[in-house]
Amino acid sequence: MSALDKGRSGDRQPSGVALAGDYWRPEGRLDPLSEKGRIGIGAPLSRVDGAEKVTGGARFAGEFTFDGMVYAALVYSAIANGRILAIDQREAEAMDGVVLVMTHENAPRLNTPPVFLRSPNGAAGDDHPIMQTDRVHWNGQPVALVLAETQEQADAAAESIRVDYAAEPAMTDFELARTHARQPDNVLGGPAEITVGNADEAFASAPHRIDAIYTTPRHNHNAIEPHALTLAWVKAGENDGEDETLRIHDASQCVDLAVASLAEVFGIDAAQIHVTSPFVGGGFGGKALWQHQILAAAAAKLADRPVRLALSRKGVYRVVGGRACTEQRVALGADENGRLQALIHSGVAAMTRHNNLPEPFFQATKCLYAADHIRLSIDVADMHMLANTFMRAPGESVGTFALESALDELADRLGMDPLELRARNEPERDPTSGLAFSSRHLLEAARSGAERFGWSERSATPGRRREGEWQIGMGCATATYPYMRMPGAAARITLTPDGATVGIAAHEMGMGTATVQTQVAAARLGLPVEKIAFHYGDSHLAGSVLAGGSQQTAAIGGAVIAAQRALVAELLALVGQGSPLSGLSPDEIECRNEGLGVLGDDSRFETYAQILARAQRSELSVEADAAGSEELANWSMHSFGTIFCEAGVNSVTGEIRLRRLLGSFDCGRILNPKTATSQFRGGMIMGLGLALMEETLFDPRSGRVMNPSLADYHVPVQMDVPEVEVMWTDIPDPHTPMGAHGIGEIGITGVGAAVANAVYNACGKRVRDLPITLDKLL
Amino acid sequence: MQWTINGQVREAEVDFRTSLLDLLREQFQLSGTKKGCNQGACGACTVLVDGERINACLALAVQYQGREITTVEGLAERGTLHPVQTAFIEHDGFQCGYCTPGQLCSAVGMAGEFERGLPSAVTQDLAAADLEWSRDELRERMSGNLCRCGAYNGIADAITAALGRELGEELTR
Amino acid sequence: MRAFDYHQVADSEQAIEQAVRSRQAKYLGGGTNLVDLMRETVERPQTLIDVTRLSRDIDETAEDGLIIGAAATNAALAGDARIRSRYPLLSRAILSGASAQIRNMATVGGNLLQRTRCAYFYDVATRCNKREPGAGCDALEGFHRYHAILGTSSSCIATHPSDMAVALAALDARIHLRGPEGERQLAITEFHREPGERPDLETELQPEELIVAVELPPLPMAVRSEYRKVRDRASYAFALVSVASMVELDGETIQNVRLSLGGVGTKPWRAWRAEAALRGQPATEATLAAAVDAELAAARPLPGNAFKLELVRRLMIAELSQRLSDARNGGDA
Repeated sequence: MSALDKGRSGDRQPSGVALAGDYWRPEGRLDPLSEKGRIGIGAPLSRVDGAEKVTGGARFAGEFTFDGMVYAALVYSAIANGRILAIDQREAEAMDGVVLVMTHENAPRLNTPPVFLRSPNGAAGDDHPIMQTDRVHWNGQPVALVLAETQEQADAAAESIRVDYAAEPAMTDFELARTHARQPDNVLGGPAEITVGNADEAFASAPHRIDAIYTTPRHNHNAIEPHALTLAWVKAGENDGEDETLRIHDASQCVDLAVASLAEVFGIDAAQIHVTSPFVGGGFGGKALWQHQILAAAAAKLADRPVRLALSRKGVYRVVGGRACTEQRVALGADENGRLQALIHSGVAAMTRHNNLPEPFFQATKCLYAADHIRLSIDVADMHMLANTFMRAPGESVGTFALESALDELADRLGMDPLELRARNEPERDPTSGLAFSSRHLLEAARSGAERFGWSERSATPGRRREGEWQIGMGCATATYPYMRMPGAAARITLTPDGATVGIAAHEMGMGTATVQTQVAAARLGLPVEKIAFHYGDSHLAGSVLAGGSQQTAAIGGAVIAAQRALVAELLALVGQGSPLSGLSPDEIECRNEGLGVLGDDSRFETYAQILARAQRSELSVEADAAGSEELANWSMHSFGTIFCEAGVNSVTGEIRLRRLLGSFDCGRILNPKTATSQFRGGMIMGLGLALMEETLFDPRSGRVMNPSLADYHVPVQMDVPEVEVMWTDIPDPHTPMGAHGIGEIGITGVGAAVANAVYNACGKRVRDLPITLDKLL
Repeated sequence: MQWTINGQVREAEVDFRTSLLDLLREQFQLSGTKKGCNQGACGACTVLVDGERINACLALAVQYQGREITTVEGLAERGTLHPVQTAFIEHDGFQCGYCTPGQLCSAVGMAGEFERGLPSAVTQDLAAADLEWSRDELRERMSGNLCRCGAYNGIADAITAALGRELGEELTR
Repeated sequence: MRAFDYHQVADSEQAIEQAVRSRQAKYLGGGTNLVDLMRETVERPQTLIDVTRLSRDIDETAEDGLIIGAAATNAALAGDARIRSRYPLLSRAILSGASAQIRNMATVGGNLLQRTRCAYFYDVATRCNKREPGAGCDALEGFHRYHAILGTSSSCIATHPSDMAVALAALDARIHLRGPEGERQLAITEFHREPGERPDLETELQPEELIVAVELPPLPMAVRSEYRKVRDRASYAFALVSVASMVELDGETIQNVRLSLGGVGTKPWRAWRAEAALRGQPATEATLAAAVDAELAAARPLPGNAFKLELVRRLMIAELSQRLSDARNGGDA
């Protein structure tokens, strides 16, 4: 793979790394680690936690134990709206091993949890009271919890509980709900409608027009590890019941937010809660705070026993929200040359009145094409359902399906190559914000991808290529996802004569964070990777870094930059008169060869061990907050890419098989080509699922999810997945730490449309409703 | 009740309802074997019983008394990783690592099936005595192990690197 | 899952004795379906009788057929060299189902008795006549993409999910049963029932009766037989539609044919009407079309599974055409 070679090659490797400057400012200095050929950066290091993961040694949240621990099971409501009339738990309470049955009648008083993106402490999916009243708000809401000595006993007892309801009318049919859609007060903190010029007028008079409706279904994350936690209320001392600590082993992508939210719910100090999450079996946006963690903690308190709560797979569907369904209109008006005069992307997404995530399907459209007139809007249809939530590239994943399918339809109408059409609409500046792009090399990614893929072999006319029963076609689509660096990141670096520990409350859910950040810290501190320990997944560590929005790479990077500066300043304060580094300021210093040296002067150098020894220190520990993310106000910052797909459509059965998939990305510097390849591929394969098979079946009569299983909710299996090739421009973004962008989400974007466009090219059928199942091609 | 787990005879008294998976995870603290669905639909719980791969979540522990069970904890021998384990690290055959133990046991079981000449759904000529190893054979035979992170290419590369040559040589014998 | 008693038995005699003695007993094979349904509380036996120690041998019969012990695993059956060479469609059908792990566990007897995958059958919070006769059917106006278009009733439209049984139906397999009253045999096509008003009664098994073996009669034409399955992903998924087929030609006349369908019937569906319309007729496209029409005349599609009518039509014609072509070429399939 040439991308790998690219990572390894480069010019002479600089020996040291100067401190990063104000990369976030227009006239700021680059992070020196952005430069090509930096030691360690771009090396295909195997995962640092690989051995633990292949031997079964990695312990996940539901695999910890406490003495006296009991097991929990949940009872879920069978109605979507109404009241609980009665709960018959007598049989359960009489069963062997049962320790507690908790319902709204005996649950401890809990405060309503703060909602994600609405409250600064918010990690919760919705703001419903948790087992505090007889109200039922969605089909699947927990209505009782059982604790027992074994899981088998808890499950059997939960199954024996009978609940009577007074059902009330519920809005569970999206077709009906969309007729009452409303404009939400915000979309990801921004406006729900964005206009440039007058798109409707421009569209009406455009010579070439595409106007189509695209629909996307509900999706569930389906991380292979179901949500699980093990927790205990630990008493500080025998006479000190007031200062109990809530100790939680959780599967979490936001340990700090979870602590903050739980503190509000239980009305205790955040310092009394400790959440760790060293291994997470996949998150994809689904592992924040949902009712199960709160219920487990409440039950543990009530029973005075440590609790393990592992949701069943069905339980995950009942308690943890997924991606909402959408209905999107894309209207494109173009002139004879394919230049967009009007771009309209509007529609409706399902939501509840108790959360704050209108599925933001217009996100990608904000930055992709230079149309003269633009109108983007999102309405929401309130439903009685489990609150929808973030799932890998919320917005972009389904929004690019609509937008990029429409582009393909327009190209077909104009008789123009779809890549050429996109190139003709490449904007100079962000078309909706007016900001300059910090780094945009989409056309280069598209060109190199097209060359590698053999795009020129594509026939412009559908249905021209056939092998036996199979019709074969090619399609492409643009991928994009924003660069993000959220506030709150901080890092602690602890230096000893043997190396350094970097601690930060960030997360590793398989993205490669621990590995990549070990590489980055090693390069930054001039230490070999073996001398770096990267600690994460613990709310006691520095800062607060959400594993979301593809922001961890930059957020951690920014925090480590700040901590490195603090560390160097402290070291310089320690060196004293005798040192060759005496009297220097941090900006005259670089980290090299396990110590500090003077920039441009190879002779003036001291190792960390020497500095510490002279100061009679066994270690030096500093913590610093990352600089504010000013870069986001100065530039439009996004990752880009082009997805290429070759699909076969069986002319007898309508079956679709992807034969090839290639993603060519422009995501700044790639820090580790091995883990990056897996991230891109993983996203693209989830995109394959979105394109061809994934759909949460929500029964419009009952509001009940009817396929809460991995047998009935299809995710791609090994046989569905062709060789997925990935490549990248590797051009650093001058305004980010390491010149890098997060890459966890961009892979899923564009894939739905690339597949749909390939299917169209194969057989001439345009499918605008996901997933593209074979019945739609018969 | 008694089982031989990773070469050691282990005893426990368990509820008849206890699955082999829960026996391993809860009774014997062998939590390397994972519970992904408890529905027989994901393969995360794959273990080897007398060398054959099964889903431990659908197996009642009581039914497997006296059998030889190998879990991910038993793949390495005397501290040396099994070649498939090493190859998974080298080829990045995982991301989050949760499906990995099942993938590994499944790969070892699959190699045994192939060596014994068992065909798969994609084997062209079912009557043929000699099987032809191919990427499609691998993909079909490993389709009982879901990976939501999408490490499928890495998994296939790792298995090919660790076992492919061995399986290829079987053909020429 | 509620608590139950467990008994392991060495042979069918012991199994039946135990069943007679026990309350609400179920025979347990590989458990791949029963254990799952017990977790969902759809099945609530008080006693499990483990019959996996019963015969799993695959033996020649006096008539040059094969007899398969009910405890044989799906994997063992699919991999048996005699099955692969003499009844390849059976191997293919088994290998097309589930995953290697499940095929290593599941028994032949259990496979025949596996229950539908209808989502409403699985979810005790919904209405299902199969679980609770008279309760109503939420699938009729709900999600029924995987449901049947043949053999349905107003009570039930659930499909039988087995791939293996579809191949066995084409082979005229005989099911050997043993119960307190002794032994008997049934043709597989008579073993499963259409739902009618009693979708809870899925087979002709009497109380305590047990499948002990499956017999494959000799069938030379099966050497060139195939099973083709169409599903929503490339592997590890239940059939939307599947076709088991084999054809014997005399010149250009269809001398003999076997055709059965999966994913479209409330039981493993032998396409008797199509076979009758093909037998003795010239091997032409018109014959095939007429045969398919004959079979599907009684189909009752619903909005969510109407596509199966077209899909099964295309698949039957494609498969029969291929079998005819194989037969003309005379050699190996």
